[in-house]
Amino acid sequence: MTDLGLSELCKWLAATPLSHAIQTAGWIIPTLQTIHILSVAVVFSSAILVDLRIWRLLERDVPLPDVARRFLPTIWPVLFILLMTGSLLIVGEPRRSLLNSTFYLKMALLAVAIMLTVGLQRSISSSPNFWDKDRGRRMAGQFAATVSILVWCGILFAGRWIAYTQAG
Amino acid sequence: MMQQQLQEFISYFEDSGLADNIRENDVLFPLIESVHVVAICLVVGSILVVDLRLLGLASIHRSVSRVTSGILPLIWSAFAVAVASGSLLFISNATKYLGNGYFVAKIVLICVAGLNMAIFHGISARDLPRWEKEAALPLPVRLAGGLSILVWVSVVACGRWIGFTMQVR
Repeated sequence: MTDLGLSELCKWLAATPLSHAIQTAGWIIPTLQTIHILSVAVVFSSAILVDLRIWRLLERDVPLPDVARRFLPTIWPVLFILLMTGSLLIVGEPRRSLLNSTFYLKMALLAVAIMLTVGLQRSISSSPNFWDKDRGRRMAGQFAATVSILVWCGILFAGRWIAYTQAG
Repeated sequence: MMQQQLQEFISYFEDSGLADNIRENDVLFPLIESVHVVAICLVVGSILVVDLRLLGLASIHRSVSRVTSGILPLIWSAFAVAVASGSLLFISNATKYLGNGYFVAKIVLICVAGLNMAIFHGISARDLPRWEKEAALPLPVRLAGGLSILVWVSVVACGRWIGFTMQVR
């Protein structure tokens, strides 16, 4: 039933004038994908830089709140660009993602990554030495940073894998 | 003569068991490709941090050398992974890649990025201590930053276009 609904949705989306326009001009999809990947580069690097700082692998001489304030706020506007280009890519080729379980895995991982980033940003702005109070906090911080790195990498892997698992 | 040697050199890798595995295995190619994407994203994202500083658009309260020294280890390690994974993808279909204009353009552009960086370090950054703490930097320095962004954006675009213009399997 849900599957039928989804494939109806795909059919409807593919028949819209916007979808036609995206499909007909051959340069639109690669261009959208390029903007999408460049935005992924910005969001991913920002998150990883802060995670590596939590592990004290980069910018050790700069306090964590400074590093977080420098890189994390960039994530949100760029995430909006990702939402826009991603949506247009779905409108152009709805079956490629909406009927593809890898796409839903990517979205689930994205939800986790967003929650982690929001949590990190909030905890640091509520108290600057939140992740540095004692050994337990430091270890919790390193755990969160590791999960964040793994989840972001998972998002990128899933993104690439969508191309290999799409419905025929 | 040179052409033939190059051809032999390339087929040596392309005919290797490793290249054959990457070509034929259903998981290996996408896996290496994903590692390549992760590495490229880190390279582009972290170089952008430096470029935006050179342009005076971000991190303006830190000196240029502080921004670069903080992030350079990440840039170089990610670049090494990108080159290694890219080479593996390349040898799996070397002849086809070399015949693809976007692939050739991508390699040329990466060389341009390297040249731009070498010129920046060798010439524009010679008197770095004099201006590196200022928000607005000398014109050649800003040009180096702007050119770097343009080149890396083009590298990513070419990379994506290879996938649309070359049938791997």
